[in-house]
Amino acid sequence: MNAFSYARPRTLADALRLLRNGAAALAGGTDLVGLMKDGLTRPTTLVDLTGIDGLRGWSHPKGRGIRIGALTPLVELETDQSLAKTMPILREALRDAATVQLRTMGTVGGNLLQRNRCWYFRDEGTPCWLKGGTRCFAVDGENRYHAIIGAQECVMVSPSDLVPALIAYDAEIALTSSRGQRSMKLIDLFVAPRGRERREHSLRPGELITEVRVPEAALARRGTYVKAMDRKAWSFALVSIAAAAKIERGVARDVRLVMGGIAPVPWRVIAAEKGLEGSPLDEAACADAADRMLTGATPLRDNGYKVTLARELVRRALRSLVA
Amino acid sequence: MAARGPNISNVPLTSARRVVLRGPGATELALTVNGQAVTVQVPPRRTLLDTLREALALTGTKKVCDEGTCGACTVLVDGRAIYSCMTLAVTCEGKRVETIEGLAKDGELHPVQRAFIDADAFQCGFCTPGQIMSIVALLRETPAPTEDDVRRAVAGNLCRCGAYPNIVSAGVNAGKRKR
Repeated sequence: MNAFSYARPRTLADALRLLRNGAAALAGGTDLVGLMKDGLTRPTTLVDLTGIDGLRGWSHPKGRGIRIGALTPLVELETDQSLAKTMPILREALRDAATVQLRTMGTVGGNLLQRNRCWYFRDEGTPCWLKGGTRCFAVDGENRYHAIIGAQECVMVSPSDLVPALIAYDAEIALTSSRGQRSMKLIDLFVAPRGRERREHSLRPGELITEVRVPEAALARRGTYVKAMDRKAWSFALVSIAAAAKIERGVARDVRLVMGGIAPVPWRVIAAEKGLEGSPLDEAACADAADRMLTGATPLRDNGYKVTLARELVRRALRSLVA
Repeated sequence: MAARGPNISNVPLTSARRVVLRGPGATELALTVNGQAVTVQVPPRRTLLDTLREALALTGTKKVCDEGTCGACTVLVDGRAIYSCMTLAVTCEGKRVETIEGLAKDGELHPVQRAFIDADAFQCGFCTPGQIMSIVALLRETPAPTEDDVRRAVAGNLCRCGAYPNIVSAGVNAGKRKR
């Protein structure tokens, strides 16, 4: 790991000032420390955000949706009893995310911004396209864990368990930098690396995520998160899906389907969701939704299994909403 | 944890205070390790694991993968199990760190240590300090854990000897044992 200076400011303003001057933001460190150990990033200054008051914890002001501070440790969302009633999908998604140690260390904001797990990207000595090189080594290399859909120059996949669950509930994020504040839909944070955009997130330099918001209307949805792993614990998703819908008189409304592990971004296909509007989510409807979710899938040498797996997870998740 | 909501609007956006930059060289760091206040001189890039093992000679915490994928380095910070290999020591200033060395009291093994011996919960023993710290953290929140609770608590601690069934028994038994 390279040498760096370290600061732990007490205010957001101080943190933003340091970030504006090129410092890197540290929260739980579960991803950043690894990237630094591997020499993939070499910041000269680290700004530890955990001393800032007011960015930790969550609240649910009556009728006004859920607000989650970006520095909230994942384990708090996983274990909170009242949140488990209001938005049970969070516990479901987090229970099998990493390990209790990593969920204790890791924060919500850090989880949204974690870098991808492609082994060519993570290997310091491999000059892959995403790191500024000329080619993607995974596209014709060892690509069992890589993208089957939606990829351009880089076939990495979106790794988060939390992200699909939040997007299925129409989450938005609040961002702040020394130049001001803005908010966006969470799904718009993610970009498939392509062309001149050799990056995974649309966060601007010097900008921080301060909060995640889930609108009240979305909380009426029933939701589930289903994750397929290589082993029963402590694995990134091979394929995952967050499915949510309002179930009224046996039919689905406002359906959301968001998949992880198959594309460089959280994978959402509006046509698949629209096709399920008013559907009883029977087997035929599930098969049709799976077709639409995976239209255009082009598996690589080693990951054809993901197409079969993804279809089955779509079916299981949707069926469980009406079970 | 209490549902204390984020209060972004109250975070001051201007501040006259100067932020102290530490490092990149060695910086003085005050920690509480196993109940004792200690001061060490370490650069900000030093992990908690290396600080414990090298600056404080507490080698009971093991260094195996050094990348957060094995759990051998598990220690407690403010009572919760974390990976010390992925934690910068400088972020632990003012926090309570507990390691395997702090468990035995007055020559008496901790109930979890005793339970590991009684259940024959290890072979080579290299993952054991981490396994024990994970179960100690579990028992503080869940004093009488089920098998499933223990399994989930040590899911982040690999044992390549495959002593898992006995580790799970030890965790359940430790919950039944009086301190």
